[in-house]
Order: sequence, then C-alpha cells, then structure tokens
Amino acid sequence: MQMSGAQMVIEALIAEGVDTVFGYPGGAIMNVYDEIYKQKDFHHILTRHEQAAVHAAEGYAKASGKVGVAMITSGPGFTNAVTGLADAYMDSIPLVVISGQVPMSLIGTDAFQEIDAVGISRSCTKHNYLVTDASDLARVLKEAFYIAASGRPGPVHVDIPKDVTAQIAEFDYSQSIELETYKPHTKGNPRQVKKAMEAIAKAKRPLFYLGGGIINSNAAYEVRELVAQTQIPAVETFMARGVLSYDDPQLISMLGMHGSYAANMAMSETDLVIALGARFDDRVTGKLSEFAKNAGVIHVDIDPASISKLVNADFPIVGDVKSVVKDMLEHVVNINPQRYESWRETIANFDELHPLTFHEDTERIKPQWVIKRVGEILGDDANITTDVGQHQMWTAQFYPFTRPRQWTSSGGLGTMGFGFPAAMGVKSAAPEKVSINFTGDGSILMNCQELMTAVEKKLPVINIILNNNYLGMVRQWQTLFYDKRHSETDLSTQPDFVKLAEAFGGIGYRVSTKEEFDVALKDAVEKDVVAFIDVVVERLENVMPMVPAGGSLFNMMLLEKKGSK
Amino acid sequence: MTEIENSERRVVSVIVVNEASVLSRITDLFSGRGYNITSLTVAPIPDSKYSRLTIVTSGSVRVIEQITKQLHKLIPVLRVYEHCDLVEKEMALVKFPITENLSDISALCGAYNGKIVNVSDDMVITMVADEPKRVDNFLSMIKRYNPKEIVRSGAVALER
Repeated sequence: MQMSGAQMVIEALIAEGVDTVFGYPGGAIMNVYDEIYKQKDFHHILTRHEQAAVHAAEGYAKASGKVGVAMITSGPGFTNAVTGLADAYMDSIPLVVISGQVPMSLIGTDAFQEIDAVGISRSCTKHNYLVTDASDLARVLKEAFYIAASGRPGPVHVDIPKDVTAQIAEFDYSQSIELETYKPHTKGNPRQVKKAMEAIAKAKRPLFYLGGGIINSNAAYEVRELVAQTQIPAVETFMARGVLSYDDPQLISMLGMHGSYAANMAMSETDLVIALGARFDDRVTGKLSEFAKNAGVIHVDIDPASISKLVNADFPIVGDVKSVVKDMLEHVVNINPQRYESWRETIANFDELHPLTFHEDTERIKPQWVIKRVGEILGDDANITTDVGQHQMWTAQFYPFTRPRQWTSSGGLGTMGFGFPAAMGVKSAAPEKVSINFTGDGSILMNCQELMTAVEKKLPVINIILNNNYLGMVRQWQTLFYDKRHSETDLSTQPDFVKLAEAFGGIGYRVSTKEEFDVALKDAVEKDVVAFIDVVVERLENVMPMVPAGGSLFNMMLLEKKGSK
Repeated sequence: MTEIENSERRVVSVIVVNEASVLSRITDLFSGRGYNITSLTVAPIPDSKYSRLTIVTSGSVRVIEQITKQLHKLIPVLRVYEHCDLVEKEMALVKFPITENLSDISALCGAYNGKIVNVSDDMVITMVADEPKRVDNFLSMIKRYNPKEIVRSGAVALER
C-alpha cells in the first residue's frame, strides 16, 4: 500500500499493538504529529519535557512488560531525550524512541535544530537507525521493535528526516524480518545446566543471586518455584526487588552497597553463587578480589558479554533465564533441601546479629518509617517508583514488595528526575494500582513540570517527598568521607511544595507528624489526582548498612546500636 | 590494575554488514570501553553484502574476551574471529631520495617481499609486504637511507 512515511510510522505502531505513545512535537517530527491528529483512537501523552517522555515510556515498559514508545523532534528535543535513552540502556528496558531529523538535503549543514542524533545515541542504545528512504521504514520499525524486546532488552532509536516522513512509498508490514547477524541465544546448554545442578547438589552453602534479568524475562514465578523446591537462601539485587515476595522464607534481602548485613555476609561466605540474570555490578560486588572469594560461580545470562566480565564463571550458561530455570527445575529432584539446613541457620544468625532496621523516633518522622507505613497501608495495591538518592535506597530496603514489575527505579544510570515521569508511565500501564513515587526534595525538582501532564492526562501519581532539606545521599558521603564538609548540598531554600502542586491543579500536603501522614496518604488515594505529600523527615539520617565504594562486602558500616553514641 | 602487564597483542577479524556508520559502531565500542586499537583495516568482501575488518589490539585475556563478546553484541556484526594460528601480512610504502644507494634499498626490499614501485625525478617509492614484525625490522633497517615518508597499511590476517 502506498502512503507517506508519517503514515507508515502510525501504521507500524498500530501493527505493533502500541496503545500509548509519550512524546513532544517539534519542527522535524511535525509530519508524524499531523498524522496523529488525524487518528481516531491514538493515545498520545504529551509530556512537558522530552526527558520525561522517555522516562514515562520506561515506566510503561517496566510495568507492562511491553516495548515503551516515545516520540520527539530533532536537535534539542533529541538531546533532552538522551538521558532517558542512556537510562533505559543501563537498565535493559525495551524502548523504541522515534526522533525527527532535519531533511536529508540539510543534513551536515548545521541546519536549524540539527544534531547528529545517531552519532550521539550510538553509545547509549542497543541499536539505532537513520532512515534515508521511506521504503525502508516498515523494515526498520519492525526490526526496531524486535531488537528492543528480544535478547537482552534495550532502547532502539530511529531517526527519521522530515522529507522521509513526507515521502510516499510502498508500505508492507506483514513481511517477516530476517536478521542474519542478530540471533539471541535463549536456550541454555543442557549439559551445562545439568553440571550446574550437580554442583548445587554438592554445595554446602549455595546462594541464589537474583538479578533484574529475571523480571525482564518474566521468570519470577519459575524462580520462586526453584527457590521453594531447593530451599536455598536468596539475595536480590536492587533491580530484582519483587522477584521473591518480601515474606519468602528464603529471601535474605537486597545485597550490595546498601544491602543487609546478612545478605552481604551470605555472599561473602557462600561456596556457590547461583547468579540468575545479574551482572555483578560494582555497587553489588564491592571490592572484586574479596567478592564471594571461596565460591564457585554459576552464571545464567542472556548476554554472553555479561558472563565472566567481572567475576569468572565456573558454569557459564548463556540463555534466557526463564528457559534455563525451567530446565533447572527438571533436575531439582536430585537436590536435598535438608542439606542446607545449617547454612540457613548461619544466615539467620547473621540477620539476628545485625537486622536490617532503623531507630524509630517517637517525635520526628524517620524516612524509613514512611516507606514501611506506605507498605502497611497499600502493600500489594501500589506500584512503586523512586527517584535517586537516599529515599531510593530506603525504598529498596524497606518496602514490602510482593510481585515482579511492582518496582521501577533507575538503577544503572541513577537518574534524578526519573521517578515522577516513570510513575506516570507505570500508572498508564497499570491504572488499577495506586502509583507511588518516593522522591526527595532534590530529585522532585528535576521533572516537576510533569505535574501538568499528570493533571491533564489524569495520571494520579502520589509523589511522597522525603524532605530533609538536603541532597541527602551526597550529604551522607560528605559526612562520612569528606569530614562533614557539606559542599553545595544544603537545600534549605525550597519551594512551597503544596502550592507548587496546587499551581498545576494537583493537590499538596505538608506533613510533619505520623498522624498527619496517614491522613494525607488516605486522602490522596481517595482524591485520585496527582499529589505531592511533602514529608518533613529527620535531617541527618544515613542509609545503613553501607559498604564504602571499593570496600569489601563483609566490611560494612553498620547502624549504630541504640544508645551507643 | 595489572592488566597492562599481562597485555598481549591480538588480531581480531570482524565480519560486518556493509551499511552506514558500521565502522563508527566498532570504533566507538573500542574508545567507549577503553580498549586499544593498534591498527585497523577494512574492505568489502567480494560478491557479498559484508565487509571484513582486521583489528590489531592488545589487552589481557579477560579484556580480549570482552572485546570479542562486545563486538558480537553489535547488531550488524556477523562473526568475530580471535585468531591464534594465522597468516598475517602488512604492507608498507616508503619514499627515498633518488640520491640514496638504490641497489642497497632494492636488495633490502627484496628480502621483505618488496621492490621499487615508482620512480620520479627526485624520489623513489618502495613497497614491502610481510609479517608486521618483519615490516618493523625493515623500517628500522632503512633508517640509514634517509626515508622521507613512510606509510603502513595495518595488518590483514587469515586463519590457517
């Protein structure tokens, strides 16, 4: 069928089953927006910044398991979106981001709003395309969706010059695509799987090290089965929260820089690490030479480049976690759960010695209390996003996650300003759940313009600002490692967050007691409109435990025992 | 890091789809991840839609393994060969003043699979094609003949 490049973009999105597009129009993408205008049922969410469009698409992808789509214009529209692309790349989130480009005849002339977009996105996308002929569009968009979602997922960027979106050409989306050079390996080598299971049966102190890849491959319920049948203790990475339910008897906690004492000690004492969809990030391992020093390593990952990148794998298994874990379950009868009884006791003792907790305060609100309280009130009914900083780590530590895709946070890139737009994306993918964004007084200002989007599109995200008047995480490092020189981290000069929310048509609460917090949260859930709950919390609270950067996991700074000051 | 101490020279061949910006994808990967490129050659493979790159690089065993895996992850990359047993050749062109001892130069070139390939009023251009190490030797031998310009092609290689 003959049609314009702009029509092709719309037709391709419809054929891919895309039900929501986040974007922001501008000169070079106007032909496509003109087609959007003509559509009857096309759900486009106009964010108020391109960065937010991409973060919202990420949130949508995380909550739904589908490919998120964002659309932006050339030049500044694109450069604003780069942070989102990089964020999705680091956290393996499937996205297709479509950008307009100046017409082909102007490329390379320093034209108005021209930037070498594919040159910039090359290092922060899984793949990218500059489409130079409309007759390539069907193939390119089909490949883009396929590449984004398959293998190790990631963002794909498609840059389309303005004259290409105007060009009339033949469009046929039914053609199957053949990528001779891209064939992700999903089935694990059966012999390696068998050998790995034999190693588990022989191990005395095995430990599941669960990563975000489990969420991406929708393997959480298979993993829960494997953990239940083997009764082997498990630690989760930051990205894996929700793989196991918080009350799973085998779940120790999160490990790493702000992992629990028991989780980090278990990793230090284990004799066999069973890594499933995890990539041995530096925030997880601490000092590599001391990491799981006496352990063998089974590493299951769809990305061969993740295996033996940082920690040598004795049993490398390249494959989709879901498929491999299913294969592992076939051998599970050979494993005797009783065998690990004393190991489980050891871990229970670690946990008893230094449990993951904080010191309650009767007067002031502790930030951790807020997170626990939301967990008590909303629990499974809420999807959780965060921004980046102390509040993010406390949420990962203390929220009672019960299911995969409940949790969305910027892990790899650590993008402040991620949480609010991502929560809008989560809300649009899962409107039946309450969408909570835990944020800080620093982070929230990095995308607060999205109040307008949330009001307009009725995306009632509840932003809970844990307000300590500090850029808290940096302040914590300054306190601990820079002799309390709090350089440029005092955020005492603040907007009135209540008025800010109200100015956009949202609702604001200022809360300084626990009772007020309960009332505000209940009210915000009922009102069903975007909200800021500005919670005055203890100013100098630190995230503990903490493994200082580059330190060994077993050398943690711990919560001071009460009264030992 | 002790990586540099264990660093060894390696030749990696990469078969890629002939398409726009594929070379920058490869070189961006090397610069972005801090890998070395000693030399890089690229040319289309006859009668196919592919090109072949020969990259001479260096790094520890772990780094070389990462390089091959990361190259493989690039979508337009069909195959990556990390060579062990290979035939490797490199060409060098050298320009000498015509006043130098041409019979000596010619004899030296002959010893390195080469000859004089061009003569002008005041200069001669010689060509040699040999293993990169031998090309190194040649280039150090001819220093005394006052070479004016030297260009090396970078290595190409095939597995035995």
